[in-house]
Amino acid sequence: MVRAPVRLKTTGLGSCVGVVVYDGAAGLLGMAHIMLPTAPARGEHSHTKYANLAVPWLIRRLLAEGGQKARFRAKIAGGAQMFASSGGSEVLRVGPRNVEAVREALMAASVPLVAQDVGGNVGRTIEFDLLAETLWIRTAHKGVYQI
Amino acid sequence: MNHNELSDRQADVLKELGNIGAGHAATALSTLLRDNVRMSVSSARMCPFDEIADLAGGAESIIAGVFIRMSGDIEGNIMFLLSLNSAKQLIRRLLNQQAEADDFTELELSAIAEVGNIMGGSYLNAVSQLTRLRLWQSVPAVAVDMAGAILDIGLLAAGEVSDSAILIDTAIRQGTLDVSGHFFLLPDPGSTDILLKALGSSDD
Repeated sequence: MVRAPVRLKTTGLGSCVGVVVYDGAAGLLGMAHIMLPTAPARGEHSHTKYANLAVPWLIRRLLAEGGQKARFRAKIAGGAQMFASSGGSEVLRVGPRNVEAVREALMAASVPLVAQDVGGNVGRTIEFDLLAETLWIRTAHKGVYQI
Repeated sequence: MNHNELSDRQADVLKELGNIGAGHAATALSTLLRDNVRMSVSSARMCPFDEIADLAGGAESIIAGVFIRMSGDIEGNIMFLLSLNSAKQLIRRLLNQQAEADDFTELELSAIAEVGNIMGGSYLNAVSQLTRLRLWQSVPAVAVDMAGAILDIGLLAAGEVSDSAILIDTAIRQGTLDVSGHFFLLPDPGSTDILLKALGSSDD
């Protein structure tokens, strides 16, 4: 959770999804690195790595910092399938399931998803520039681009 | 067992297991390359996710990785990671041809996958004989990309319950060809107890 003009970055996203929720007018920005769609039913869990916990947590943090819900916007990237699943292993398809879970959580919170670069079979490093409201994406094979 | 702790004795037992597996895998790779390959277990320990990527050169460094799922009496992941230069060296020796500068052809990728497959098989055979556990390995999958992105899948099972994983890390050193890399065995959290019991080193 930071305020402008600080940028937030997360590196080497494979099946993980980077989700950014921001309030441009308030200069507020939060980012989470989602590893799994949902937290296990039992036990204590870190809020930040499961889609179903991390998205509401990000929103709570932004509200606590004085953000206004109506201005919140989200951008997401990642959720690739790094390995072709010739063995048919379900675990290899966690990327698309992560993307779906993040989208559902954003929709449930009524935060508009304004841009996304998801899926495929490439790793991504992402960095969000709040002043320009731009998500920069770097991949191993396609260089740097923005959404 | 606490997910976040391994006693020194347990770590030693897993390290020894890794050494035996690595010995067999090194023999297989030496035969394949017709050259001497040394593999030694650098560590067996509970390792935070960030550090696992660092071992492979950092989350953003581009590497070649082979992923194999281990199943049977215990479950877990095998990741065979090579620097791009090492992968090219391996390919040159195996296919007896000059590898292209940057990209990998389908044939080259399947050669890397097959190396991972053979090493994984030898390693698991040794583990299976030692523990009397039944083990199977999946078809190998291969990718060339950022280390962090490649490792995501290998860390998922551990990620369900913690932010660290039991890592049995084997460093690969190969003499004249200068091939270096890592061979990771990452038992799923629920499988570690079974593995330690089979080795007679459970704390229960």
